[in-house]
Amino acid sequence: MQLIPYAVAMAGIATLPLAFPWLSFLFVLAIAMGFAALGVALLLRAGLISIGHAMFYGLGAYATAFLTRWGVTDLMLLLVGTAAISAVAGTLVGAFVVRYRAIFFAMLNLAVSMVFFTLVSKLYALTGGSDGMRVGAPTLFGRAYSRAVIEAVLLYGSLALLVVVGFLVHRYLQSSMGQALSAVHTNEIRLAYLGVSVRAVLLAAYAASAALAGIGGFLAAVAIGHVVPEMTYWTASGQLVLVAVLGGAGTVAGPFIGAFFLEAVRSLAAGYLAESWNLVIGVALLVVIFFLPGGLHGLMHAGFVPRGRAA
Amino acid sequence: MSIVLPLLVDGLAEAALIFFVAVGLTLVFSVLRILNVAHGSFYSIGAYVAVLLGTWVIGRGYAPALTFLSMLLAAALVAVVLGPAIERSFVRWTYGRPEAVQILVTFALFLIFEDLQKLAFGVQPYSQDAPMQLLGVSSIAGVVYLNYSIALIVLAVAVAAGLRLLLARTRFGKLVTAVVADREVAQTLGINTERVFVSAFTLGVFLAALGGALASATSGVAPGLGAEAIVLGFAVAAIGGLGQIEGALLAAVIVGISRVVAIYFMPELQPVAPYLVMLTVLLVRPFGLFGSPAMRRL
Amino acid sequence: MSAALLSAAGVTLSFGGVRAADGVDVEVDTGEFLAIIGPNGSGKTTFLNLCTGYLRPTAGSIRLEGRDITGLSPRAIARLGIARAFQIPQLFAEHSLLENVMLAVAAEQGFWRPLRPLDRPAHRKAALPLLELMKLDEHAERAVSELSEGIRKLADIALALALRPKLLLLDEPTSGVSNAEKFALVETLAAALHNENVTAVFVEHDMEVVRSYADRVLVWDQGRIVADGPPNAILSDPRVLQNVVGVT
Repeated sequence: MQLIPYAVAMAGIATLPLAFPWLSFLFVLAIAMGFAALGVALLLRAGLISIGHAMFYGLGAYATAFLTRWGVTDLMLLLVGTAAISAVAGTLVGAFVVRYRAIFFAMLNLAVSMVFFTLVSKLYALTGGSDGMRVGAPTLFGRAYSRAVIEAVLLYGSLALLVVVGFLVHRYLQSSMGQALSAVHTNEIRLAYLGVSVRAVLLAAYAASAALAGIGGFLAAVAIGHVVPEMTYWTASGQLVLVAVLGGAGTVAGPFIGAFFLEAVRSLAAGYLAESWNLVIGVALLVVIFFLPGGLHGLMHAGFVPRGRAA
Repeated sequence: MSIVLPLLVDGLAEAALIFFVAVGLTLVFSVLRILNVAHGSFYSIGAYVAVLLGTWVIGRGYAPALTFLSMLLAAALVAVVLGPAIERSFVRWTYGRPEAVQILVTFALFLIFEDLQKLAFGVQPYSQDAPMQLLGVSSIAGVVYLNYSIALIVLAVAVAAGLRLLLARTRFGKLVTAVVADREVAQTLGINTERVFVSAFTLGVFLAALGGALASATSGVAPGLGAEAIVLGFAVAAIGGLGQIEGALLAAVIVGISRVVAIYFMPELQPVAPYLVMLTVLLVRPFGLFGSPAMRRL
Repeated sequence: MSAALLSAAGVTLSFGGVRAADGVDVEVDTGEFLAIIGPNGSGKTTFLNLCTGYLRPTAGSIRLEGRDITGLSPRAIARLGIARAFQIPQLFAEHSLLENVMLAVAAEQGFWRPLRPLDRPAHRKAALPLLELMKLDEHAERAVSELSEGIRKLADIALALALRPKLLLLDEPTSGVSNAEKFALVETLAAALHNENVTAVFVEHDMEVVRSYADRVLVWDQGRIVADGPPNAILSDPRVLQNVVGVT
């Protein structure tokens, strides 16, 4: 069965922190990044590159911080709340950006995310500016628990979430709506002539991708206990793009594998690379594009059109 | 009025700086059919180099007026060193490849430049405002202006006019226009499109670096400047219609005024004002004021 | 009300000074297999583009079963029952032939169910007979990018048929198809249309195909219909022969 490697990986994530408790935090962060990168990967299937998706990651994180400030501390409520807020934001932003393709889509996502970053960093009274916001101690089903328990809940909860949401996204990708994403990429006109609204196909994917990124932001916010504007900065979006491209847009597991890989590199190399992490991300992105076109999956599928025939 | 006018001059001066980025972006897009996400980095690199050169000029005790020359030199240096190198390596590789790949490659370059600047210059802000100080202020009808701001506005208009002349009157301009109009026909006519590409790209780098160099005298330079520049530059180019020089100029004016309006009525909205303008324009005209989806014209 | 399935009245399209359609009046009745012939640039494909909403007429109206569809989008018109096959087959290159047809079936049966697989029995049940009908079943699982042009043409038509259209518009179904394949293709196509009870309008250059299969022929010239009638009468008219077929 092809599920066996996944089961082994899951078991590893579940049991390794029992021996090495410090891994728990890293694993949750990797899963959080995986969710956000999965959102980017959904859009990649339609040939669309969002270089601003950290906005929804940051939105999920800030929504979590605000909700806990307003007294909503239950993890389940926070999860549902942040996913809903991100999905609504995704629908609003998506209604605008899915009218565009290619570089316009990419740049408009970047622009919207920069606006969000600016607001979050400048509205000091509301968001604490560049100091960020503290995330209140979470509760579960109305009860408060010790930090150790909450950490365990986070690890196993996010694993469970990974399985459930991963399955739902997998089903979505197999559905007409999901299959239509690559159909948009290969032949948008034919899709319209089948009576299908291309914009609705993309808007649904965009809202879903925003919700996924928002869930990632929620997990990161609770795990770290603090949110800062950098979570929404364009360099964070770049990291999500790398993870999505690295993992390939084809499968649900890809972005999570990419996220674990990147998180591992970062924790191993933190001492050397802290000042040049974006450099590493950029070079890695180039390496994937130049040398691992397989990782690019559908993107390179359009083929190597002879020079001068660019669309 | 006495408040609005200085604000307007300020707003337009900032718009002038962004115009340099936008017009380079638009020019390169028209010729190469690639929108370089890393274009903003040339703006910030231009600013860093200008500050370093300017500080060196002052430090050596040369005439402060030489800092004007050093700003120009900085932009030229960045263009000559980076323009051909980037175009001939990474950008050229993406010609004819799917647009997604072009976006990824130039975006990766953007990330790399971001950190290379931090490694080279650190994270502390730099500034060298000698050029601005030198020009001083003038007062018209009791209102005080920075002469430097007025000079920026005049320079932006002059650059727009100069580009138009360059395209209309020179051999290089005619080659560029031919390549923009129809690349295949231009090639069959024996035009060396590769040379046109590298020249146009370098010119784009020069314009962005010049904008950065000029900006360094007013606001200094710190990490993050390049990202602001590309996003604002894109907003201006998109409002005007990608590929439209006069469109970019008009869009820059609109953006400059929008900032003034924002400062006047809702100061906290000021950083967001250009994007609200972009959103409004694109909702009404999806390809900008002068743009159309298929238009290939300069 | 007229019983016509499709009726065009005074349909005009001018760009600049050129009239690609010049006051076109025509009615298509249910069950017809109608051929459009005419020299290149006479406005044949333009007429299809006007009927499917790709172009919007500058004057005149187009009705489907009496309902005004002038100026609707291709998507809306497709949903109302006009499907189109293209001169250059328009397929989803990353999908197999069966998946292509199932996407069309899903578009017809209900597309917006995010957790229901595209590859499900109901979709297969609708798609497979169609592939059999078009003699494409042996290629069902192959990627469409691997198929020959003749097969791709049929696949393109299968996608249109999967929408269960009232009216099918075909743009040069035999162009780019070898002479050996041509008659087999039209034979298959005609049988499939008959089986599915679909009315069809097709643009065609091959007069043998027109003579053998069409019920009625429209002759197009400079954006107008210059002759309209049964194939035998039309194709023996010397003016038509001279202008369209190029025989003197």
